[in-house]
Amino acid sequence: MPPTDTEPGSPTADPRVCEAPGVRFEKVVKRFGSTTVLRELDFTVAPGERVTLIGPSGSGKTTILRLLMTLERPDGGLIWVGDDTLWHMERGGGRVPANQKHLHEMRKRIGMVFQQFNLFPNMNVLRNLTEGPMRVLGLPKDEAVERARGLLDMVGLADRIDAHPSRLSGGQQQRVAIARALAMEPKVLLLDEVTSALDPELVVGVQDLLRDIARESDLTLLCVTHEMTFAKDISDRVMMFDQGQIVEEGPPEQIFGEPSEQRTRDFLQAVLAS
Amino acid sequence: MSEVLDSYPQLLRGAWVTVQLTVCGAALALVLALLFGLAGASRHAWVRGLNRVYVEFFRGTATLVLLYWFFYALPLVGVRIDSTMVAAVLALGLNVGAYGAEVVRGSLKAVPAAQYEATVALNFSPYQRMRRVVLPQGFALMLPPFGNLLIELMKGTAIVYTVGLADLARVSKDVQGSTGETVAVFSVIPVLYFVIAQVLLLFVRYAERRVDRMLGRRPSRGPSLGTIAAGAPGTEAAG
Amino acid sequence: MEWDWQYSSDVLPDLLRGLRYTLTATLLGYVIAVTLGLVWALLRRTPNVVVAQAVRWATEFIRCTPLIPQLFFVYYVLPAWGLTIGSLTAGIITLGVHYSTYTAEVYRAGIADVPRGQWEAATALNLPRSRVWLDVILPQAVRRVIPTLGNYLIAMFKDSPLLLVINVTELLNTAYREGAESLRFLEPITMVGLLFVLISVPASIFVRRLEKRYAAH
Repeated sequence: MPPTDTEPGSPTADPRVCEAPGVRFEKVVKRFGSTTVLRELDFTVAPGERVTLIGPSGSGKTTILRLLMTLERPDGGLIWVGDDTLWHMERGGGRVPANQKHLHEMRKRIGMVFQQFNLFPNMNVLRNLTEGPMRVLGLPKDEAVERARGLLDMVGLADRIDAHPSRLSGGQQQRVAIARALAMEPKVLLLDEVTSALDPELVVGVQDLLRDIARESDLTLLCVTHEMTFAKDISDRVMMFDQGQIVEEGPPEQIFGEPSEQRTRDFLQAVLAS
Repeated sequence: MSEVLDSYPQLLRGAWVTVQLTVCGAALALVLALLFGLAGASRHAWVRGLNRVYVEFFRGTATLVLLYWFFYALPLVGVRIDSTMVAAVLALGLNVGAYGAEVVRGSLKAVPAAQYEATVALNFSPYQRMRRVVLPQGFALMLPPFGNLLIELMKGTAIVYTVGLADLARVSKDVQGSTGETVAVFSVIPVLYFVIAQVLLLFVRYAERRVDRMLGRRPSRGPSLGTIAAGAPGTEAAG
Repeated sequence: MEWDWQYSSDVLPDLLRGLRYTLTATLLGYVIAVTLGLVWALLRRTPNVVVAQAVRWATEFIRCTPLIPQLFFVYYVLPAWGLTIGSLTAGIITLGVHYSTYTAEVYRAGIADVPRGQWEAATALNLPRSRVWLDVILPQAVRRVIPTLGNYLIAMFKDSPLLLVINVTELLNTAYREGAESLRFLEPITMVGLLFVLISVPASIFVRRLEKRYAAH
């Protein structure tokens, strides 16, 4: 059952017509060795919905993003992106594990921004942005360059187009990384603690940029962050995780304002104290 | 093939010469490595200079050239090394010792400065500092590259073939001559060397585990670029 | 015995001719070593366990056995199988294959040194496998290993005299023959030793410069 058939997870989800696919986890299990990180996790993210995942470290929230980006393989359950399962494909009426080709097709819908930026240090800013569009999407060079220029303009780094990543500040690197992810025109964008590795004074610039993107695009957004104000600004819904389970979820005002669960209150208090 | 196997006493004697050369060469190399490695970590510039001259010169020469020089040239200026064995051990030990000295120096440098500061705070003498704190920690770093050097030295012993010492390589040529079993001999000999190498590596692994346990560390997995570089012929130690 | 300057200058041209062979063997062998080493390193990462393990043990075997028996094998055994090659060619191939097992380890470590985030970013960008290797991983890995690879060029140069066991008239062999003819070994062999030091010491200092420069990045 594709997730578009289900109720949007939040009443505040954007009602406008949206071509971005939704995301749905169906009894997803993930183990690392003997520890089970996710046990039969179920949740749905509506098309174009913006969801923030919060929770203590080890609660499985980053694992969710990594499963979606195909960086980790699930040990059980189904992950839907739009009308298709990510890790399985239809074969003769049944489902078989996905092959590389299927994963390649599915990844076209998804983009990710990493905590550590992960820009390619052997390429300048422009190459970082054109590599994917040219090699994967098959864009001609001039089109890829044009797209890169537009995105660098948007992230405010048009003048650093020829710079080497190591010459950029952390905040600038992360803005390039965001532009790089967007250059692939993903429908689902994953943000994994994108400001955690930044010096405090650089956090605001990156957050402002992401706020704009969240406001102006109709991307489905999954965001893991410890910045509660930021989470409040960009998300339609907040999900609180602990030990691989959703403790509670709801609109940001409710989760941050009047959480109903003790574990959420403890977590928020700990985050605010730090 | 059977003729080759029949000549096993000869092969074993050859292997024994190879092992003897390896052990004696390693002993000399170890002494030189520690001596000149410590010199390289000295506070005095002239002592460090001694280290540089030794290391650069003997890393720069080919062992075989050194052996030829000991064997053919040195007697002509009146220095006679009577035993071929001694000449070979000298050539191997001096050469591998130079690499070893770089490993020792690099490993001592790699011990964190905080450890040095702690010994100063505890008012250790320079000797105590070296003996009790820096060397034991540096030793753990030295062992993996030392293991590589030991294998290099074992392989290096084959050069004595050229000056007529009856090691494994020489024996292989002799047996080939007497049996005519070219394929069999020259296929068996590398296997024997490989067995010797694996036995040596067993000792090295054992020593690594001992030292790791002594320092309460978990044994490390695959070698990093640093350790490879340190053990490589002609390179600086990690650090 | 006095050093004979006249004799020294007489043998020098011959020695330099020997040096040409030494350098030829070293450089051609090095080309084999750096390319074949990369092949081993990549084969060791194939999902095919049989291939990966076979390559692992084959390279371990070659790395743990001395060059001299390997030279015998290539020079004497291959002709028995119908593959006759000249001594210089045999020497170059043996040197190259022998050292390829070292460069394979260097590449392996260099590839392992590329941060995991680079692989993940490449996956997130959906780059095809070949592009991940060619555009992202190898350029970074090779950059890291260049100085280490340089050391192996010097090491091969110093191992090249071993080719005399299969009668390649490289530098040391030439010196030996000169000495045997005139019964004066002191000059030719000392000169060979000096030539080796004169070439490899500056070369290793240069490589260390490289290391510092690349480490600074």
